[in-house]
Parts: sequence; C-alpha cells; structure tokens
Amino acid sequence: MLDGDHGAGTAMAMRLVVRLAQAMEASRLLPITGAHIDSCLYHGQSGIDFVQRLVDGGAQVLVPTTLNVSSLDLLHPELFQGEPATATAAQALMDGYVALGCEPTWTCAPYQAELRPAFGEQIAWAESNAIVFANSVLGARTHRYGDFIDIAAAVTARVPDAGLHHTDNRTASVVVDVSGLPLVLRELDAMYPCLGFVIGRRFPGEIPAIMGLPSSTSEDDLKALGAAAASSGNLAMFHAVGITPEAPTLAAACGGDDVVDLVDVAVVTAADIRDARDQLSTHSDQPLATVSLGTPHYSLAEIERLHQELGNNTIAPSVAFYVSTARATLHEAMLRGWVTPLRNAGVIFVTDTCTYITPIVKDTTGLAMTDSAKWAYYAPGNIGVDAVFGALSECVQSAVAGRVIRDEGLWADVV
Amino acid sequence: MLSEAAQGQMLVEGQATGVACVLTEPLSLWGGFDPESGLVTDVHHPDHGRSITDTIVVMRSGRGSSSASSVLAEAVRLSSAPAAFVLAEPDEILVLGALVGKELYGTTTPIVVVSAAIHGQIIDGQRIGIQAGGVIVLR
Repeated sequence: MLDGDHGAGTAMAMRLVVRLAQAMEASRLLPITGAHIDSCLYHGQSGIDFVQRLVDGGAQVLVPTTLNVSSLDLLHPELFQGEPATATAAQALMDGYVALGCEPTWTCAPYQAELRPAFGEQIAWAESNAIVFANSVLGARTHRYGDFIDIAAAVTARVPDAGLHHTDNRTASVVVDVSGLPLVLRELDAMYPCLGFVIGRRFPGEIPAIMGLPSSTSEDDLKALGAAAASSGNLAMFHAVGITPEAPTLAAACGGDDVVDLVDVAVVTAADIRDARDQLSTHSDQPLATVSLGTPHYSLAEIERLHQELGNNTIAPSVAFYVSTARATLHEAMLRGWVTPLRNAGVIFVTDTCTYITPIVKDTTGLAMTDSAKWAYYAPGNIGVDAVFGALSECVQSAVAGRVIRDEGLWADVV
Repeated sequence: MLSEAAQGQMLVEGQATGVACVLTEPLSLWGGFDPESGLVTDVHHPDHGRSITDTIVVMRSGRGSSSASSVLAEAVRLSSAPAAFVLAEPDEILVLGALVGKELYGTTTPIVVVSAAIHGQIIDGQRIGIQAGGVIVLR
C-alpha cells in the first residue's frame, strides 16, 4: 500500500498509519474489522483538503465504516442557525467521506445500531464516548483514535499494534468503590454521568474498575458514565465489576488474583456526586430557554422513557426542547408511535449532529437544562449558554413548568 | 537553562529554530487556540492571549479532544502553527496534526519528546534549535 499499488490516497493513509506506529513504538500493524470516523465534523478547510486528497487518490474504505455526527442536520436543515458558507463547507466534507465508502450513519453512538462490534473484535473508533463504550461495554478493542487516523485506518484496514488493542493494557489501574452510596442514588439515572465526571477528573489516564454498581445498571447508564468521564478526563476504558464483559470479578478486571491487592482503591461518596451535579450547573438568574437531551445520541429506550415521563403534558412555549438522536433511531421511534406525540408536545428532534457543536439552539442567552454531563461540560464554551444539569425527570418537569425545577426528593439521600 | 545539546525522541521528523514558548500548563488546541489569529484563546489557561505562531512550543503533554489534530492541520494551512513542539510525554493527536499538515501543505512541524529533566531546563524566550534525529541545541 505504501508503494502506491492501491493508489495515491491509500498510500497517504498508510504513511499516516506507519508513522503513527513508529511514534507509538509499535513494531507491527494489526488488521481491523471496522471503523468509526469523527473526521467528518467540520473544523476548517484543511479537513476538506484532506478528504479530497483521499478521494482524488482513489481511496476506498476496506472495512465497514460508520460516520460520526457532522455539523449539519440533513433531515432538518431549517434548524441550522449558522452561516450558509459554513453549511456548504460542512456538506462538502460529509460528501467526501460518503464518497470514500463510509456509511452515512451520522451518529456519535454507533454502538446503538443493530450491527455492532463483537467481543474481542479489533476496531478503529474515533469519538471519545464511542471509544469508551466499545472498549468497556462491548469488549471490542480500540485505541483512542481521532481525526485523520480514523479514516486512514479504515482505508488501510490496519492500526498500530499497541495500546488498548493489547490484553495487558486493558486491566484496571485503580478501583473505584461506590458501594457506600445509598441504593436509591445508585439507581438514579443522573448518578451515572455525575460519577463519570468525578472519575474523569480524579483519575486521568487510568482504567478504573468500578465496584458496587447495581445489577439494574443499563447500557444507557454506562453510556452516560463513559461520555462524562471522557469529557472531564481522557477515559478510554472502564470496568464495572459484575456488569461489563472483561470484569466478571474484581480480580479479572485487575488482571488476576495475584495483582488485585496491589491496585489502589478510591471511594466515591454521595457528597462527590452532589458536587459533580453542582459543578455541572451554572448559577444564573436567566429564565429557562432551552432543554437539550441526547448527548450522546438518545437510544430507543431513552426516547421511550421521555415519552413516558412527558405523558400528556406539553412543553412551555418559552422553552425550546431538543432531543438529539441518530436518524436510524428516530425512524425506529416513529414506527413505535412515539415521535408524533412528542413533536405535538413541543419536542424538536435533531439528527445527524448535536446541539453543542453547531449553531442550532435559538436562544443562547437563557438557561439551558440537560441530562447530559458531556453537554453541560462543553456547551457553555462551545455555544455560550449557561447550563444546568439534572435528571431526566427534572428536565421534563422544568420544560413543562417553564422554569428550572430541582426535585430535591431525588437527591435527598445525597444531602 | 539548557546550555548544551540534548537528545530527544523524534515523533515527527524535521528541523526548526525558534524562540521557546514554555507553556506552564498543557494547551488543548481544540477550544483553546485560534488558528486564524495564532493566539491562545482558553480563558482558563495561564498563557491566554499569547501568540504561539512560529515559536517552539514547550509543554508537558497534549490535552483534550482529538479534534486538536484538525486544528493543528488548519493552523499549518493558515501559517499560524508553531515551528515545533517539545513535549515530555508522547502525544498521538499532535503527531497526526503535524503529519497531515506536512502531507497537505508541505510544511514540517517537528515534534520531539525529551525527559522531564531536560524539559524543565528550557527557559521561556530562549532561542533553541531542533535538528534531525531529535537533537535539541541552544542557539
């Protein structure tokens, strides 16, 4: 491939893979069976120049490859509030990746698709929350890949044989004990992103093994935990003992009975969870103008929960209520009959992109409430809103009332 | 002060000469740096408002989102990128930005990793050179 036998585009991709392998001190390359691309999000002309070089050089992906969110909602283009020139450039970037043979999935949660990587599968995924989910919840193996190398790996079907592709590098380096939290708190949806926020902050670069999560812990809970920790820190993998596939026991997560006692143990308390909730919230007297859910993209189960929480209520006219999800998930939700009533109640569905990376939120002067720690972490810097983090039920009650409602009952055991 | 030649590990090959811009904290290029102006835009960063264009950025490690690769490539396109990076820890994200900048625009942005001891000896404003093979010299 380096010699150009597969075309100039593939040769450039292979040069990137080989030079990255040298920088990572990997002695060989490893074949992969799938890829997920984040490079399709527009950051400037250089991104277009890069994909065009691949297209012009005749490159095509060699493995099934999904695409992350872009800057545009192709199904609902009227939501875009940015410059037309930016939209044109973002579209050109997206077109380039589709021309390389990538599937136009436009989602940051490719693990919610019907077909997803199997346990032990070697893959090249970009997008921090997807990386954590693949490694931790699916037991597939990806290093932390990002812009450019994601598509280079897809085009060559190779990655450096290093990092989290190796069993030895996947064992827990710290034990996080949450068994002291009240059960009611451990079963609260909003606890998981808060715990992720705490873990990311406190243990950068580590692989934590979390002890004490209840058996009711769902994939959506683990998704929220991982996304938060990858935002506040650089988490690429965690174990949930008794829940995730490489952690049937604490000893297994830590790499064996002989080493488990050597791993440091840290305790997360209810006060830590409450602190995280408050750190993710801006104190402001502004009225509630926005509620944004679905970062990472809402799953079918989460849309169903929203449908149930909202019941027969309608969103206050002063609140814009956004739910970001994959186009495939929205389609499924339509078939189940949840989308029309939600839209009638005032919910605006956003697909293909997300409300914190592109100008969609109409009123950025008012408060924005979210059930996503990742959104609360990034949106203030990216789009200039003040954010309030809350449980789904708090977000829904607030949207209906038109003002922030904190259900202290939910957090009562925390205080 | 670094007064003699020191050997580092070359993550991205190349040669550069410039003034050391020693950042006391790692900078996330994505969200923390504006490739249009070349300035540090992260208001929480101690070097907020400083230009890193054409300097040799000395920082312990990279930081933050993998989109930093795109921002570095964009800075290379706009000629606002640093002349080189001297790190104390390898950073794959910066490596990719530099590699793509070279592929697309022909501009080399060498990246060298040195020991923490050597890293700590480099003084802000000192003129340093990076030679092929990862040798850093005082100029």
